[in-house]
Amino acid sequence: MAVRTLAKGLWGLRQSRAVTIGYSCNGHHYSTAESIKVSQPEPNDVNEKVLSLPLEKPDFFRVSELFSLKDLFDARVHLGHKKGCRHRLMEPYLYGCRLEQDIIDLDQTVEHLQQALNFTAHVAYRGGVILFVSRRRQFSHLIENTAKDCGEYAHTRYWQGGLLTNAHIQYGVGVRLPDLIIFLSTLNNVFQQHVAIRDAAKMNIPTVGVVDSNCNPSLVTYPVPGNDDTPVAMELYCRLFKMTINRAKDRRRQMELLHGLSAPPSPPS
Amino acid sequence: MAASCVRTVGSFIGKCGHCSLGINTITSQVSRQVLNRQICVSSALHGKNIASMGPEKFTAEFIQKQVEEYNIGKRHLANMMGEDPENFTQEDIDRSIAYLFPSSLFVKEARPVMKHPDIIFPKQKAAQWGEDGRPFHFLFYTGKQAYYSLMHDLYGKILKLEKYQDRLKVKGLFSSEGKKASLGLSRWLTKEELEQLLVQPTSQQDYNHFIQLIERLLSMPYSGTEEEFILRYRYQLEAESRKQTVQPLQKDEKGVAFSSAEGRRKTSNSSVILRDCGSGRVTVNGQDYLHYFPFLQHREQLMFPLQFVDMLGRFDLQCTVSGGGPSSQAGALRLAISRALLSFLSEGDMENMRQAGLLTPDPRVRERKKPGQEGARRKFTWKRR
Repeated sequence: MAVRTLAKGLWGLRQSRAVTIGYSCNGHHYSTAESIKVSQPEPNDVNEKVLSLPLEKPDFFRVSELFSLKDLFDARVHLGHKKGCRHRLMEPYLYGCRLEQDIIDLDQTVEHLQQALNFTAHVAYRGGVILFVSRRRQFSHLIENTAKDCGEYAHTRYWQGGLLTNAHIQYGVGVRLPDLIIFLSTLNNVFQQHVAIRDAAKMNIPTVGVVDSNCNPSLVTYPVPGNDDTPVAMELYCRLFKMTINRAKDRRRQMELLHGLSAPPSPPS
Repeated sequence: MAASCVRTVGSFIGKCGHCSLGINTITSQVSRQVLNRQICVSSALHGKNIASMGPEKFTAEFIQKQVEEYNIGKRHLANMMGEDPENFTQEDIDRSIAYLFPSSLFVKEARPVMKHPDIIFPKQKAAQWGEDGRPFHFLFYTGKQAYYSLMHDLYGKILKLEKYQDRLKVKGLFSSEGKKASLGLSRWLTKEELEQLLVQPTSQQDYNHFIQLIERLLSMPYSGTEEEFILRYRYQLEAESRKQTVQPLQKDEKGVAFSSAEGRRKTSNSSVILRDCGSGRVTVNGQDYLHYFPFLQHREQLMFPLQFVDMLGRFDLQCTVSGGGPSSQAGALRLAISRALLSFLSEGDMENMRQAGLLTPDPRVRERKKPGQEGARRKFTWKRR
């Protein structure tokens, strides 16, 4: 198994949380930290085996090999906003302040990003619906293209109020809501927190979010402190997410071929 | 609804052909009222609230069944009329239905009709997601997938064009007068037409944004490469001048070219013979036009078409006019002169005349007086007591 670049004690704890949430995102969004349901893999049920195999190793999809701290630094992920824009809850993630500009701690970013990518990979492996959300107009086209390339979904336009909470009326009866929402920028055009964060928390949908130094990271399940304004940084994030999702889906296809499953991948209820 | 009409006619003919009149389908009359009443009664019995169900939803199987019934019914109809079932066109169907079910209803849409189900049933959105629940379109969760995917494609094209311009600039071949898209006589699609195209309600703001973006694409140099895409969103205005019938140029015994035309205005009828002599004399009903039209304005009306195409002294006019008063006679003569001139003119001149309004007959006629009023619009004096 790949050697983890960072060996922190918290990794094991976080990983079990990832296991829980990753496991119970199949249509039931009632995941809490206590309900660790590890199903006993029945030897005659190949489907269960395919689903439980990635959970045995900590970094099954080897997401830590996708990027390094130097890549993040070159993409200027560590640059935050000015001191006046700082959000109180972001202070633990900041390394310091240089000439009134906040610098984000890249060690923490690497940790958080690895967890986020690992979680995304698990969700994609199980055929979950992933929605990319951002309200930044300059990267809207890039994000939509990323979503198209992965085979997942994007929403970089005006967010209508009831899209998640009023789904049966907005879309029709029997719609399937996203299993994971990835925020490439948590703020909307008026520098307020995006409505989808609150709605996802209401509908028990896990979220991954790139939080800048002026954002509120509290409701995001997997916050990733980092810059969301520079084009280089956004291209890096899009590339990383695209690679993880494609990797996870390819892995799933391989596993199914290996175990001789003929049915198309469908999340078991 | 016309839908119910078709169902009736199609199933009626099909069942007639099979010689088994169905018990549960309405086969007696082809009247909308009967069918409507039947449906209302059944829903009321079930206790459903029809108003809250929204517009009728037709499933794919239902439409397919309708198509099969239509095809079978078409063949039976052809047999009934004694014609060849293989080459039975839509016009033949319309003719046969008008013969078999004569109807004197004023509203044409209420008469029995038998058309292909795709024309009758409105285009509806197909199922948006597959059996595993995953939606097909990558912008499904925005709610307006067709519109936003159109905007996404438009923006993609703008970026592509900009990259192309950059490449040309690097090579030094860039010119700001690059090939722009030629549109011809056309206008942008209206909001309603766009909604129909996208099968999705669009708000005024969305429509304005779309027009803004596509105008931006149009204004960029080298937009000629995307011309085909842009033309899809423009409505071609039929060149009205093509509908104009041009009088043929005739030659009389002396070899002089002449043409004749007629014109009408209010209650006047006129007919004009335009001779290519070269003098510029005008005769109206045997008299000189100076005597017949003492007013300058009427003579100006006569001369205006010739002045417009700068052929004032070239023609000889021989006019006859009857009915109406002097102004309406002048107007009728003007229209007749313009029409007669067409045979001497080119396409471009004809288009100019059409745009100037010389070829449009004036539709204004005297409005009738209504009872209870003093005139057509004037009411009787209102007295408080």
